[in-house]
Amino acid sequence: MPRPAGPFTLASPRASSLVALAVALLGATAAAAGPPQRVVSLNLCTDQLAMMLSAPGQLVSITHLAADPMMSVMADQAAGFPLNHGRAEEIHALDPDMVLATIWTPRHTVSLLERLGLRVEQMPLAMRLEDIPDNIAQIGALLGREAQAQALIADFRAGLAALAPPPEMPLRAVLHNANNYTSGSGTMAADLLVLAGLANVAREAGITGGGTLPMEQIVMLAPDLVIQAQRYPGASRAEAVMDHPAMLALRDRGGGALADAEWVCGTPHVLRAVARLAALRDAATEGN
Amino acid sequence: MRLALLLTLLAALTAALFLVSLLTGPAGLSPARALAALIRGEGTAETLVMREIRLPRALLAAMIGASLGLAGAAMQGYLRNPLAEPGLLGVSGSAALGAVIALQTGLAAAFTLALPLAALTGAVVAVGLILALAGRQGGSITLILAGIAVSAMAGALTALALNLSPNPFAAAEIVFWMMGSLADRSMTHVWLALPLMVLGWALLASLARGLDALTLGEDVAESMGHALPRLRLTLVAGTACVVGAGTAVAGAIGFVGLVVPHILRPLVGARPSHLLAASAFGGAALLLAADIAVRMILPERDLKLGVLTALVGAPLFFHLIYRTRREGLT
Repeated sequence: MPRPAGPFTLASPRASSLVALAVALLGATAAAAGPPQRVVSLNLCTDQLAMMLSAPGQLVSITHLAADPMMSVMADQAAGFPLNHGRAEEIHALDPDMVLATIWTPRHTVSLLERLGLRVEQMPLAMRLEDIPDNIAQIGALLGREAQAQALIADFRAGLAALAPPPEMPLRAVLHNANNYTSGSGTMAADLLVLAGLANVAREAGITGGGTLPMEQIVMLAPDLVIQAQRYPGASRAEAVMDHPAMLALRDRGGGALADAEWVCGTPHVLRAVARLAALRDAATEGN
Repeated sequence: MRLALLLTLLAALTAALFLVSLLTGPAGLSPARALAALIRGEGTAETLVMREIRLPRALLAAMIGASLGLAGAAMQGYLRNPLAEPGLLGVSGSAALGAVIALQTGLAAAFTLALPLAALTGAVVAVGLILALAGRQGGSITLILAGIAVSAMAGALTALALNLSPNPFAAAEIVFWMMGSLADRSMTHVWLALPLMVLGWALLASLARGLDALTLGEDVAESMGHALPRLRLTLVAGTACVVGAGTAVAGAIGFVGLVVPHILRPLVGARPSHLLAASAFGGAALLLAADIAVRMILPERDLKLGVLTALVGAPLFFHLIYRTRREGLT
């Protein structure tokens, strides 16, 4: 029997302020001309944080993914923005004074934009729960919206503090995605499971980061709760594993689904995913 | 008697490989526990693993391997050409196209047998095209060229259908449909494939005496009461049934129908009827072995079956082409 994990602790608020200060200092030359007036975002997650933090009119364009309700929790807000597809030519045509990209934005796109004379900021993305406040502070500093960033961080911390304490005996859960993909220790998804009072069986199987867990192993681990990814339209063999009779038999004990949009990005919206997971846990506890 | 001995040996080999397949997997079950869980079935996790994951996988490998071996032997007998094989001639590829269209249009969800029937339709079109393009008088080159044309068209349309799918995972599955895999199949797939396969096996087995007569020449076969149009129709229907049903659940697996009859032909003499029976067992054994190997070589990567069968089959194909040229059988 695995030991229940302790309550989650976040990095101290001071760390995020330091990061914000560092970013502000590094960006001092640019900041001398005041905050950017025309910002284009190239990533679903920076799209969402920029929508939350930017001044009216400051954000010129976001990616088409931000408007896709399958991928984005802010699809409604995104409807008001011109959408881009991350192509250098359309970005340049928007005449931005800052491009918000990530360290995973294709290298050739970034270098092409820089050669065109644009300022490209490559953000790291929050991979863990504890990264979220820093991430908000960094984007706030880049946009010159530090006060809004601090307010959002405070809201997020309050939301975390308001979560019900995890139960003594967490239920054992597995995240089951297409192609038997799962999230092991050291991932945002795993952090959220802990917050929702669930023990991740992928950790028992020794999976660190994302990885595949063969269906045989999932069955042998006998989780109390199977949490599946959402389905996309059309058919695929990758998603068919979620309907395998062996998984259906496991799901009879406890099961549910969580939309990708709810936790794909490290934003304060992940608290919603925690609430959904906790509801699944409660339903499974009653069922058992 | 020699045939009986050979069939017994092949059946024993198939049974042994079937057992090894049941005992191969990442769950870490000891053979004794695995078999106890399979047979007794006490509703434990072990039983779930054995009955819902490993058993269907082993059954499908045996069924599909037997189908491909049988179809290869029948096509080679009818066309009297050792290069004929459902994979190489694009029959499997066209069956995959039929299956992909059924899945992506939602037809597969309309009624139970829609998926294998769609794959069967694809296979019928391909066999029909091959016979129309190459004909009975056509030589090896015409046959292979017809196969290349059908394969290329089917492959391109399969890729197109998967790229047009709104599902983000579909495009990555082009390789599954072209190379085949038995990972994470279930008893649902066994029941889906079985009816059409049994029908196809019966049709192909009924060709035995006709194919034997055909070795004496078409006129002799006709005079012995084996009407060629009927033989041809039976071959098309039988091949389409077995290849369609197999491909619908496991993708297109090549070269089994080429390799197996080739290895077994010297052992059974020149009689196509004997080769049919031997190739069915041989095909089952070969695909079971390949499916065990993919799980041992790269347990976590879902290595495709077609990779292994092509690694064995392609060199043999080179050899056959070389020999065909040397013997001037163009």
